[in-house]
Amino acid sequence: MLFIIWLLSEALGIADPTFFPGPIETIQGGWELATDGFQRVTLAEHVFASLRRILIGFGIGVVVGVPVGLAMGLNNTLRAIFDPLIELFRPVPPLAFIPLLILWFGIGETPAVVMLFFAAFFIMVIAARAGVTGVRLSKVHAAYSLGASKQQILRNVILPNALPEIFVGMRVAIGVCWGTLVAAELVGAQTGLGAMIWTARTFFRNELVVFGIIIIGVIGVILDLIMRKAEERFIPWRGRG
Amino acid sequence: MSNLSVDHLGMIYELPNGGSVEALKDVSFDLESGRILTLLGPSGCGKTTLLNIIAGFLAPTSGSINLNDAPITGPGQDRGMVFQQGALFEWLNVADNVSFGPRMNGNEGPETDAMVQDLLETVGLGDFGQKAVYELSGGMQQRVALARCLANDPELILMDEPLGALDALTREKMQSLILELWDRTQKTIVLVTHSVEEALFLGDRLFVMAPRPGRIEREYELPFAKLGLTEDPRELKNSPEFTEKREEILSLIWEMEEQIMGHEGA
Ligand SMILES: Nc1ncnc2c1ncn2[C@@H]1O[C@H](COP(=O)(O)OP(=O)(O)OP(=O)(O)O)[C@@H](O)[C@H]1O
Ligand SMILES: [Mg+2]
Repeated sequence: MLFIIWLLSEALGIADPTFFPGPIETIQGGWELATDGFQRVTLAEHVFASLRRILIGFGIGVVVGVPVGLAMGLNNTLRAIFDPLIELFRPVPPLAFIPLLILWFGIGETPAVVMLFFAAFFIMVIAARAGVTGVRLSKVHAAYSLGASKQQILRNVILPNALPEIFVGMRVAIGVCWGTLVAAELVGAQTGLGAMIWTARTFFRNELVVFGIIIIGVIGVILDLIMRKAEERFIPWRGRG
Repeated sequence: MSNLSVDHLGMIYELPNGGSVEALKDVSFDLESGRILTLLGPSGCGKTTLLNIIAGFLAPTSGSINLNDAPITGPGQDRGMVFQQGALFEWLNVADNVSFGPRMNGNEGPETDAMVQDLLETVGLGDFGQKAVYELSGGMQQRVALARCLANDPELILMDEPLGALDALTREKMQSLILELWDRTQKTIVLVTHSVEEALFLGDRLFVMAPRPGRIEREYELPFAKLGLTEDPRELKNSPEFTEKREEILSLIWEMEEQIMGHEGA
């Protein structure tokens, strides 16, 4: 529907193409980008650069954040130590770290990846902690009465019980990471979809900007879909305890 | 011969605001092996607290509690627990829930599998081993909880409102199942319920408890549990002996409620 309106506006010449390129122009631009590239970098290379950053930053954020969150959920001392830090940094938009990160790591891949790490880390810590503290006491009690040791309860009750929360956290984190990354690339990168639309803008290639936005949206939806499928596949019991 | 012996038990919860709640005061009783005791009483009279102390999840603030002359100091496999609902492990299938206890003790293999299947058949779920627990109805889930608890062969089974979340019809069927299991396994059972009828029907001993402080108000020795094994439950519950006891206990609880209301009104 929206697409038809868009198509009509181009055909009838309602919208000024320099401000709002029509679909045909956009598709042509996209085709050129995909085959020849823009400024000698192709679409695939931009997409790859963005995905690589997000996978590394998000991946490390999950791998480090989950254990920290679990530990905080299990141990009151750790919770007392880390809670104020988490509470302080959680509301800070990850992008705010960029200047500092550039200062520390210079321009390049590292600041963006470290920023994504922080974004994912805080979300995962909170999710994992909530997963642990949200365990029904009766489940733990039942396990104790069935002869499980503390270690066994941790492995066989607390961890699986926290998985749904952890997966929800991962879905939120990957969405936040994706949005943040594109924004970061606008300012501090030569490659990546954010950088691509920013450069295109300076060259008045608005059809490439629009095409880039669509690709960014599509990839965001795909990432969310992958997380959803993973959730269905790995934790079918979610929300049914 | 297992014997639960509770002696001048007291439990006072300290509240964060500095106050305290006397959840149990001077509770004493002996429960011989193979009996089924039901606990009945208004909300807040300490039924769950008492059960949790017997289970070893809570340490009493005064008094002593022994099972076979050994003090209870923590949770143990000699005491199995069945909760109202939500205590099954929903990430495991039915059979794995039932085999949880044996597996935690390192008992895995064909013998355990056979025992699990046997238990599932006992509770009427012979074909449901591979099902996910969340696919089962509430009544079936409680059957799994019973089987899981029996898999460790505990001496004493503690049940906190095990049938509280079930509809009336399922509840009647489950009552009969509990009696059947009690008869077959000869286990000692302590069961908490809010239903006077259930307490009368299932308890060959019954304590009516009173709140503030939580205590045993009156004790009964009852014939209905044993009769229920052979007689029709419906007829039994409509018999004059049964209805007479039911009215007596109802008015006892009614009086208690009135006192509580008056207390709060003052
Ligand atoms: N962890 C706790 N901390 C403080 N007070 C508690 C705690 N657990 C129970 N109490 C209080 O102790 C009293 C007895 O509670 P308990 O849960 O044993 O009652 P109950 O008979 O099981 O009630 P119900 O029928 O509602 O389940 C209540 O007044 C309750 O508020
Ligand atoms: Mg209770």
